[in-house]
Amino acid sequence: MSLSLELYRSRSRYLAAKAVGGRIPGALAGPIAPLRLVNRDEPRTPAAGWVRVRPRLAGICGSDLATLSGQSSFYFSPLVSMPFVPGHEVVGELLDDVAPAPDPGPDAPASRRDGLAAGTRVVLDPVLSCGARGVGPCRWCAEGQRSRCDRVTVGHVSPGLQTGYCADTGGGWGRRLVAHRDQLHAIPDTLPDKRAVLVEPLACAVHSVRRAGIEPGQSVVVVGAGTVGLFTLLALRSLTQAASVTVVAKHDRQRELAAAFGATDVVAPDRAVNALRRSSRAFLLHPERGTDFLLGGVDVAFEATGASSGLDLALRTVRAGGRVVLAGLPGARADLTPVWYRELELVGAYASGQSPERVSDFDTAIAMATEAPLDGVVSATYPLQRWREAIDHAFAAGRLGALKVTFAPQEE
Amino acid sequence: MSRPGFVLEVDERTPPLIVHRGEGFGLESFPLGTKVLYPPDSLPGIRDVGGAITAALDAPLDSEPLDELLTAGMALTIVFDDISIPLPQMVTPDIRQRVIEAVLERAAAAGVDDVELIAANALHRRMTPAELQRMVGERVFRSFWPDHLRNHDAEDPDGLTHIGETDQGETVEINRRAASSDLIVYVNVNLVPMSGGHKSVPVGLASYRSLRPHHNVHTLQRSRSFMDPPNSAMHHSYERMGTLLADSGVRVFTIETTLNNDTFPKEFAFLNKREWEWSLRDQASYLAAKRGNDLAPAGLRRKVWQRVASPYGVTGVNAGATGPVHERTLASIHRQQLVEVEGQSDVLVFGLPFICPYNVNSIMNPILVMCLGLGYYFNMYRNKPPVREGGTLILFHPTPWEFHQVHHPSYVDFFDEVLSETTDPATIETKFEQQYATDPWYIHLYRHSYAYHGVHPFYMWYWGAHAMEHLGDVILVGANRPAVARMGFRSASTFADALEMASDTVGRSPSITYLHSPPLTLADVR
Repeated sequence: MSLSLELYRSRSRYLAAKAVGGRIPGALAGPIAPLRLVNRDEPRTPAAGWVRVRPRLAGICGSDLATLSGQSSFYFSPLVSMPFVPGHEVVGELLDDVAPAPDPGPDAPASRRDGLAAGTRVVLDPVLSCGARGVGPCRWCAEGQRSRCDRVTVGHVSPGLQTGYCADTGGGWGRRLVAHRDQLHAIPDTLPDKRAVLVEPLACAVHSVRRAGIEPGQSVVVVGAGTVGLFTLLALRSLTQAASVTVVAKHDRQRELAAAFGATDVVAPDRAVNALRRSSRAFLLHPERGTDFLLGGVDVAFEATGASSGLDLALRTVRAGGRVVLAGLPGARADLTPVWYRELELVGAYASGQSPERVSDFDTAIAMATEAPLDGVVSATYPLQRWREAIDHAFAAGRLGALKVTFAPQEE
Repeated sequence: MSRPGFVLEVDERTPPLIVHRGEGFGLESFPLGTKVLYPPDSLPGIRDVGGAITAALDAPLDSEPLDELLTAGMALTIVFDDISIPLPQMVTPDIRQRVIEAVLERAAAAGVDDVELIAANALHRRMTPAELQRMVGERVFRSFWPDHLRNHDAEDPDGLTHIGETDQGETVEINRRAASSDLIVYVNVNLVPMSGGHKSVPVGLASYRSLRPHHNVHTLQRSRSFMDPPNSAMHHSYERMGTLLADSGVRVFTIETTLNNDTFPKEFAFLNKREWEWSLRDQASYLAAKRGNDLAPAGLRRKVWQRVASPYGVTGVNAGATGPVHERTLASIHRQQLVEVEGQSDVLVFGLPFICPYNVNSIMNPILVMCLGLGYYFNMYRNKPPVREGGTLILFHPTPWEFHQVHHPSYVDFFDEVLSETTDPATIETKFEQQYATDPWYIHLYRHSYAYHGVHPFYMWYWGAHAMEHLGDVILVGANRPAVARMGFRSASTFADALEMASDTVGRSPSITYLHSPPLTLADVR
């Protein structure tokens, strides 16, 4: 048996969370949470290539919170299988040896070529794509773009776009999970757990930045300064030659970190349009209803809040022909008129991938996690038994000056 | 015969004294020994203003009479001071209207058809049609608006003429219509010694390029004070520019007028008086006005104050060549405002009123509060400041964190972006001025809306540069604390608290000077 936090189907709790969650966030960690601490059967390895993993730390992600609060789209409903153990930002320890892959391919990493020994610390690429599911590679998996996999509902395990949304694999918010060889990335001994747990969101940020196709000298705004926004900033500074990166940050701690991570300018949400107008020398217009917008503006915007106001701001401050990257899970509606009128490119960026040179975003992220000034980014760690406090803390992270809240599933 | 300026030394018998606090006022007790500077009593106004205008135009200084300068077929441009003076606005008819009508009558008589009227607003906001009409009168407005009566546009690429450079390399560029006219008649209202003279045409009709040589930190810090033109580097620059204009063949006929100190209308007449001379009626008026003002909602209070129109009397009308005319103007202003005071003090106190040159029909935002206190009021001196170097300035003003979104858009950004990074005028000038001055959005709003130019908040900040360099401490009483902190100053709840805070800088028994104003007072510090 394995102690786990399990997210289960409950229409009443879902409706309650959706109705009051935004107004009373504390309730989401209390009576209306569709989450329970249970002893489940340990997940079983469904096929060859799968191994058991003992999570050491698992992050609470914005998408987890969106799911808990009923803000996620029903679009995902066929892409998950209930009940599941959440947690897809994981650093763990292998409980089994990982055999070398039968067909590693010429560019395969050492871990895939040579296998991994039990006891190795790994981080998890949560995407459950063709390789993990034991089906022939779809077009995207064949190209190495596993985040676009078309087969996430079939094969050896139940539907689930990722570990942490699949009923069969377990997740990081439990004491055991199973993972496929394709999902595992060994990490160096020099990388502590509190940095390693950030590799997955860093890899997503690397992917977002690659998707943005930023050219040298371009101006960028990152709307939001939670984990997604700040890691996007780190990736922008590491991988691009953007001339300026303005970060829209709501809370003091976020502002401090944005400045420390290399933002050219950090502005409050209510000042953002004016500040971007100033920096881009654009013209400012005031619609009869709704927020102000620019004619002119920055070249690229990253939406990293998941809120309609964040997307609205991004769409309204990008220049004509510019690009808006959805770096986080978009949770709400926005007025798409600027996309049409300003001929914007709206770009999605889900999970991670690889560079045109076929360098895995995870490898890039592991290097960044080693070098970037990430001390203190993991603000709090809770045992599973204190899950209500952990969830409450995560919901109020910005206000409380926290960034990433994690579970330490093996702790009591 | 008006009484001259007066320095009161506060003793046990001195009543509490009026202190202005933005859109409000109150009585404040000052420590014993405080020197209080009162301006001379209001000079009597000229009874026959029309006659004075006629006399000035017929017998100008160092110039032919105006009639001789007006000929059929010539191009005549009448330029006039904008809404930034006088403060508050004067009751109608505005003196500019009377002068302009007199000039137009003579132009018509001489058969001059090509006449244009231009407000010399430089980088100030455009005046609205209603404001222009109030200033020039209904008859002139109806005859000339909108084609031949307009605001100067310092950003119109086709509307400027580059005249040349002074021997100090200062670019002179002014309004094309004015520069190409056979004659410019400049109609001025002079309320403070800073205005008028060669400030009128070279500044009022200038472009940004032509303002930079004197509207900068270096020049302002060397203008001691800019209310004392002979000792003002800024005015020296104006003179060089004015000379270049004259040498280039731009003919200017200057008409300057001066006003007395009848600043407040009869409902507020007690504000024009010395407190110990208040009659029972004045005391009742004070109580009623203060109570009503304190109880009024903020919006109504602002509306009432902005509607104040001063019943100024005209104390002088002089016409002719700019230099000689302005000498007379300055003498008239000194007669009205100058008060001699012995020595500097440790602490200087101002009560800042509701109005400054840049918030007529608008909002006095924190930057304008700074400019009024550390710029205009601090510089109301000759010889040396009334406060010693390293001394403390205490200002009374609520300083709300509030901006007029139409009039002051670049101020909003300046306050948020620039002052949150630095308050040092030189750093601000180096790092930010060009960005703001050339921002196409601000230029658009200046030209087509009613916004001050993008660079204008910088000038406001530079206006205080000399004071910032001179003072050891600036404390605002009753002000919005975050707004004051953003500007790098300190705030106190009460005057007593301010003096307590100032003791760090000036000790526990500082000498104090209170410049009792408005009405305007110019300290001649010996």
